[in-house]
Amino acid sequence: MTSKPRDAATATSPLGLLLITGAVATVGLLIVAPLASVFVDAFSNGPQAWWEALAHDPDTRHAIWLSLTVAPIAVLINTIFGVAAAWLVARFRFPGRSLLVSLFDVPFSVSPVVAGLALVLIFGRQGLLGPTLASLAVKVIFAWPGLVLATTFVTLPLVARELIPVMEAIGPEEELAAVSLGASGWQVFWRVTLPNIRWALLHGIVLANARAMGEFGAVYVVSGHIAGATDTMPLRVEKLFQEYRTPASMAVASVLAALALLTLVAKVFIERQLEAESQELEAARATSADTDPTTGGDGS
Amino acid sequence: MSIRVDGVTKSFGTFKALDHVSLDVPQGTLLALLGPSGSGKTTLLRIIAGLEWPDSGRIEEDGTDITDRHARQREVGFVFQHYALFRHMSVFENVAFGMRVRKAPKTEVRARVEELLRLVRLEGLGSRKPAQLSGGQRQRVALARALAIRPRILLLDEPFGALDAKVRVELRQWLRRLHDEIGMTTVFVTHDQEEAFELADEVVVMNHGRVEQRGKPDEVFDKPATPFVMDFLGNVNVYHGRVEKGRAFWHGVPIDYPDYPHAQARPARVYLRPHELDITRTAPAGEGSLAATVIRQTRTGPITRITCQPGEGGGELHVDLPSAAARELDLRSGDAVSIIPRHVRVFLPAPEYVI
Repeated sequence: MTSKPRDAATATSPLGLLLITGAVATVGLLIVAPLASVFVDAFSNGPQAWWEALAHDPDTRHAIWLSLTVAPIAVLINTIFGVAAAWLVARFRFPGRSLLVSLFDVPFSVSPVVAGLALVLIFGRQGLLGPTLASLAVKVIFAWPGLVLATTFVTLPLVARELIPVMEAIGPEEELAAVSLGASGWQVFWRVTLPNIRWALLHGIVLANARAMGEFGAVYVVSGHIAGATDTMPLRVEKLFQEYRTPASMAVASVLAALALLTLVAKVFIERQLEAESQELEAARATSADTDPTTGGDGS
Repeated sequence: MSIRVDGVTKSFGTFKALDHVSLDVPQGTLLALLGPSGSGKTTLLRIIAGLEWPDSGRIEEDGTDITDRHARQREVGFVFQHYALFRHMSVFENVAFGMRVRKAPKTEVRARVEELLRLVRLEGLGSRKPAQLSGGQRQRVALARALAIRPRILLLDEPFGALDAKVRVELRQWLRRLHDEIGMTTVFVTHDQEEAFELADEVVVMNHGRVEQRGKPDEVFDKPATPFVMDFLGNVNVYHGRVEKGRAFWHGVPIDYPDYPHAQARPARVYLRPHELDITRTAPAGEGSLAATVIRQTRTGPITRITCQPGEGGGELHVDLPSAAARELDLRSGDAVSIIPRHVRVFLPAPEYVI
């Protein structure tokens, strides 16, 4: 934003050119080319074949539907958890607080496969809660609740991580003001807290949704790979690929990739809003001690 | 609405913010809580508002114990130090908030908000966002918002702290007029003695979670009850002297001090305010003056401060004169002068008991 013509000039030096070429080549080779090839392969037999691969295969249809169900449920759980956790961590001081914050990050550092296995160890037939669940006739592993659990686990930190710094930057004063004006806890949340964190929350939701849609490892372990029952989109892509049905596999992959691009656009838009709001916050702080002539002059 | 604070104690971890503080605020008073940061004044204000809970002690409103009443039900107007305006709401919605959460009818809300915006001289700015206002305007929105719920008490935390000097003085006078108009019991916190003395009916000086002194501004200024108050009100020369037989001695200069008639001499701290000292070129007859040398003069508007070095050594001494008088004296650095105290305060250290 603050770049001057001079900066552009230095970029044309031999070293600058070398670096730019390197960067463009890396991004092109690692990101653009593979992504483009997904779409090229998906449409290699024409849009008609692409559509048939998606819509006329009942197992693929089910996989798309399952992904579009599991991901929103997981994201919803994470949104509720994330808001509550961020509120707790940003607004209260209590023993074990920093331990709790570190625990939020466990899903980021643990391999998704390990997370899936851990869920099997607890909810599986031989698992800790296995007998109890069996007696209640509730199936978790190799069924959709397992998929929701695994997806929720891997996306758990995303919303909370987005909200905590934003809520800490905003501070509790507006909420206290609302309370002193007679607002109940819910009124404070809906009228003051939520509007203030809405862009950060949306950002977290978009990130969590992208991760939830694309999750493979943890879901792979708990799903049992039952076509037409527990295959999500990423699992379906892999299965079709293993069955040498590359165009069909690429068709599903192209849907995932399109979702990813959509996420990217949404993310950029939301980040602009966030940026604008944080600048507003800063401006508000800076002008707290302003010398605006309108204050001194008016009305007296 | 009168407020009574009765033996309130509050600790944050090992830090004692308030230590058995008791305070009466009669109906209609404009009272200032004055003290340095960490003196507990803001904590006390927040406890009165119900935003903090006391560890022990009681808060009463018109004789009713409200210690356990939630902030939501206290009907207290609270103006935060940095205003805490709802940033995503317009000025109008900020002021309307308290009535909206009470589900007041729309027409009533509109009428009341418009009335308040007129009162704080912000009519026509209702659709602006807080970020589009100047500091002084935000301050007045915060005030209008607090008044909208028809509070029974108004509490202000450092209301003018974040404003520049000119706006501060104007808002101060405006708030005083407003208080005289609506006559609501008002408590405000400040670390600025000028603000406290100009605005308040009564001043409560706090330090280390205790009330050091309470009184009308003149009383507190003229008769500081403790060395802390004397120091905090600032601008004072402090010396170690002694008291003996109804007299205090400062650099050997005796000053009447009838409070200590005893024959046994005791060390004491002698406080002299710069504007209560006279300075002359020639020593007056008698023993009531101190010889000193002028070091420098600094003029700040109507007052000129002369810094002197007492002849017998010891720290520098400040004398404040009206600038006109200083010009007449026409002192230069190195000039010999005599300093005559017109008024002095003496504080004895707490007696030490030997067992």
